[in-house]
Amino acid sequence: MTANATVNPQQTKLLMEFKLDRPLTSCHWDPQSRFVFCGAEDFLVHRVDPASGEKVTLAAHDSWIRAFGSSLDGTTLYSGGYDGRLIYWPASAEKPEPSRIIEAHQGWVRAIAVSPDGKHVATCGNDRLVKVWDAATGTLVREFSGHANHVYNLVYSQDSRQLFSCDLKGVVNAWALDTDKPRVLVTVEQLHGYDTTFRADIGGARSIALRGDGGQIALGGITKVSNAFAGVGEIIVALVNPADGKLDLVLQSKDKVTGTTWGLAWHPDGFWVGVSGGGGGGWLYFWKGDSAEEFFRLQLKNDGRGMSLSPDGKQVAVAHVDNHLRTYSLV
Amino acid sequence: MKRHHPCGSTEHGLSRRAFLNRTAMGSVGLAAGLGDIITSRTAIAEQVQAKSKRVLNIFLHGGVSQLETWDPKPNTDTGGPFRAIPTSVPGMHICELLPHTAKQMHRLSIVRSLDTKNGDHARGVTEMTTGHGRMPGVDFPHLGAVTARSLMPETFVLPGHVLIRSSPGGRNVESEFHSAAYLGPRFASMALYDGNPPKFDDRPGDITDDADIRRNAVRARANERFLRRRRTAETEAYNFSYDQARELLANRHVFEISRETASDQERYGTSQFGKHCLLARRLLEHGVPYVQVNHADYDTHHENFDFHIEQLGEFDQPFATLVADLADRGLLADTLICVMSEFGRTPKINKTYGRDHWGTAWSVVLGGSSIQPGAVIGKTNANGTEVTDRVVDHGHIFHTILQAVGVDSMGEFEIAGRTFPVADPSRGAIAELLT
Repeated sequence: MTANATVNPQQTKLLMEFKLDRPLTSCHWDPQSRFVFCGAEDFLVHRVDPASGEKVTLAAHDSWIRAFGSSLDGTTLYSGGYDGRLIYWPASAEKPEPSRIIEAHQGWVRAIAVSPDGKHVATCGNDRLVKVWDAATGTLVREFSGHANHVYNLVYSQDSRQLFSCDLKGVVNAWALDTDKPRVLVTVEQLHGYDTTFRADIGGARSIALRGDGGQIALGGITKVSNAFAGVGEIIVALVNPADGKLDLVLQSKDKVTGTTWGLAWHPDGFWVGVSGGGGGGWLYFWKGDSAEEFFRLQLKNDGRGMSLSPDGKQVAVAHVDNHLRTYSLV
Repeated sequence: MKRHHPCGSTEHGLSRRAFLNRTAMGSVGLAAGLGDIITSRTAIAEQVQAKSKRVLNIFLHGGVSQLETWDPKPNTDTGGPFRAIPTSVPGMHICELLPHTAKQMHRLSIVRSLDTKNGDHARGVTEMTTGHGRMPGVDFPHLGAVTARSLMPETFVLPGHVLIRSSPGGRNVESEFHSAAYLGPRFASMALYDGNPPKFDDRPGDITDDADIRRNAVRARANERFLRRRRTAETEAYNFSYDQARELLANRHVFEISRETASDQERYGTSQFGKHCLLARRLLEHGVPYVQVNHADYDTHHENFDFHIEQLGEFDQPFATLVADLADRGLLADTLICVMSEFGRTPKINKTYGRDHWGTAWSVVLGGSSIQPGAVIGKTNANGTEVTDRVVDHGHIFHTILQAVGVDSMGEFEIAGRTFPVADPSRGAIAELLT
């Protein structure tokens, strides 16, 4: 690691376990480190206090919740559901009730991104649209069309002036917030496959993150799919230069682990963290980003479906299939 | 497992021969009676042969999820992310992935209580389409063959049993050919691929009409001599081939959806399944007794929800359009509609958001002809893991389909001095579903 490293991935260990009633689908650490919010195979947002273990449910969605974001100060939680809704919540209220419910998309909201300046919340979904909302008022600010398929994920540029979105077929669009037309940044062919046997597309960015200096977008998913309906394919993270769309590097696992990269984050110490689930089980990966293979990985108790890095970078939370939220210490 | 075809690797050829054979039965030329001269909806209904009954079977291969279609259980541990939506039948809800079909449910009914005790693809396909439990060494005729044998008029010039499907891919459970078993090859399926008509070969231009007549006379004499020594169901069927081919050439328009109006083609959409539904409508309008449209693939062990969005998104509108068109054109009263699979999918969601094979509690949709519209038969428990009311299986569905089109399913076929039950005599129709 770097000389000023604050964590040591090789020391990663299980810290806490919190059991919920259903398999988890996603998780999100709030900016003040007070809570981890989770989605599960139910219609609820689950708020877990990792210090006390207290669990509170937030009910207003009418489907599963897979997307989260927070205001910069952590007072407002944004949740996106497969009911198409974007919901604002007072994050720390004793019994949170929605402060705003927006019918954001026709079909699933697949991802949320909050602009680094905190002014906007962006969503994307199965209606093939990318939408930008005023974070304070919930007003629709921009609506971008241009993807031909479901939009799976999105992330803001460091200066909050651009959005990058990726769809089912690995098409990454760059949206300048002062224009209407997308710029097709790149099509990451490794992120998509068409299974001719089952006659179905499979792919898309199931996870996304921006490098700390803004100079690289990481797109996680599944690649080399030989059987779409059995999920036989390998984990992948594609690193793309947001300036020119160049595919810098494709990260994989040394042992070609079967599965999907469901969570990604850039660690301030200078490496990528990813979580996978699928046929090969659950793994935490650590890549430096200068070579395709990980420098360390840790097998988890169960498959991961989502991951969030704590604000201080010392822990990761993982949403597991076996009804558990687990936190892992990196120190 | 590879489905066993009695004709081995020539199954497609036999299918085509069977088709050719059937087309020559009788001398009523379609061009004269039906064809493209039918213009009004009333005329279509009136001209379809003598109010004969028909069966349309939509087979969703791979095993469609009952929870994402006909028996949703939203916000339960098994329900998945989708919501239930109201239908045109008060109190009946289906999955939100079928918004167009929901508007046609007053014309259809749901059987939510199938327990077929099977999770094997090939066995499921066989059992659902023959109505019998699979027995080693016994080949039962396909529903299409039984229907064609029972409903096809002697003078009918088109094939009585048509399968519409995609070109063969890697899947081995989606049969290319439906066996007629002891009913004989005349009633086996003819397959149409990718929405296209059969490949017709015109007579070479340098063969004159007189030469054609003379060469056919030679062929007929040779056949007659051969049949005096070796007469079987197969040889009888083959004997008609050449004459039937000529009939077929004269009636090729029946299979050409390009002849449908631009607005109709637009309503059915550009997907292959849309084209298949439009072709099915065309064949049913021309009185074909049994039309099966396959749609694949639903074997979603991984990402069940994403793939059901994709597949049912393709299924919903064309299917609903077809149901509405059959009703609007006065054909639904004589056309039995069925939507089936080889089994359903597990209520339990696996770790990769998939659902696995499940024959314990799943659904089939029936409608038209003598099926009571807007009914729900049977019930599953709160999270769909078991049937709690009116357990039925493939045998009951088979009987119900046949009785709904006026076939005595408890009767017998007499074939070469032997009798064969029309359907599994240990089962019966779902009586409360029949009007």
